[in-house]
Amino acid sequence: MIIMTYNPYSLEGKTVLVTGASSGIGQSTAIECSKMGASVILTGRNEERLSLTLEKLEGTGHSMIVANLDDETEIEKIVEMASQLNGCVCNAGIGLGTKPAVFYKKKELEQIFTTNTISSILLLKGLVKRKKLINPSSVVFTSSIEGNAITTIGNGMYGMSKAALTAYAKTVALELAPKGIRCNVVTPGMVKTPLTAPTGELTQEQLDADAAKYPLGRYGNPQDIAWGIIYLLSDAACWITGTVLKIDGGITLV
Amino acid sequence: MELQEFINNFAEQFDDIDASALNGSTIFKDLDEWNSLVALSVIAMIDEEYDITLKGNDIISATTVEDLYNIVQSKK
Repeated sequence: MIIMTYNPYSLEGKTVLVTGASSGIGQSTAIECSKMGASVILTGRNEERLSLTLEKLEGTGHSMIVANLDDETEIEKIVEMASQLNGCVCNAGIGLGTKPAVFYKKKELEQIFTTNTISSILLLKGLVKRKKLINPSSVVFTSSIEGNAITTIGNGMYGMSKAALTAYAKTVALELAPKGIRCNVVTPGMVKTPLTAPTGELTQEQLDADAAKYPLGRYGNPQDIAWGIIYLLSDAACWITGTVLKIDGGITLV
Repeated sequence: MELQEFINNFAEQFDDIDASALNGSTIFKDLDEWNSLVALSVIAMIDEEYDITLKGNDIISATTVEDLYNIVQSKK
């Protein structure tokens, strides 16, 4: 038997904070990080669902912080409670359904930017100011191909919030490079998660037809994205910052 | 909610169709301008004007403008 000792993709000995960890891509990322040897700090709004994620983690040394990232004082709580970090996955996000631009409401715009963009910006600000991210460390943002690589009718609010997040990540990658903090983005295509579960504006037939358009033949699974995030967290990506990694089953090729 | 008022709001979602060209028995999916953007606009208009959340299936199951009106009524 060959014992594998050489693995630059390992997260052994690293502590990684994951936001939006109670479901979807965040939950899968937390689980996969633990399988790669990381100690994971989970955050999410719902204590019960967060506890379920905690139970699914492998190994020891994991913890959870129940917090609502829409609330600045709760972001401060996460910053306060977090230990020294080698990695942070800014993943929390919402969708607000599908709606043409002429129907956007100010309240909805504020909500989607608060959760999908501003919360990650303020969290990273706090972590950097309180020196919670060590040198070297890695921050990964979950964005989307929507707004970054594709534009579809009805998805503008979500796309704008994710495009803004990508733009921010590039700036902060440049500004934090001297501190040894790498910042990168993943832009998933359609992934099967609670966020993308059919809300009813589109029918199942429309969704099936859309999935069939993906060159690799299907929508993504949360793990498909988690593995890309793990790569960017790992030492294998030590010379990568400000990059946008498309993980989309090839859909942006067609 | 009156059918005529609903027809007026429905017609608003089209660029080139006047409310006077529509009535309760108009088969809306046969209209030249009907497409997925108009469908999303109709759903958003019904949410805004009547505070009712329609599903894609509701649009599919409706044939005429009055069918849609009746679906909205039934959800009130």
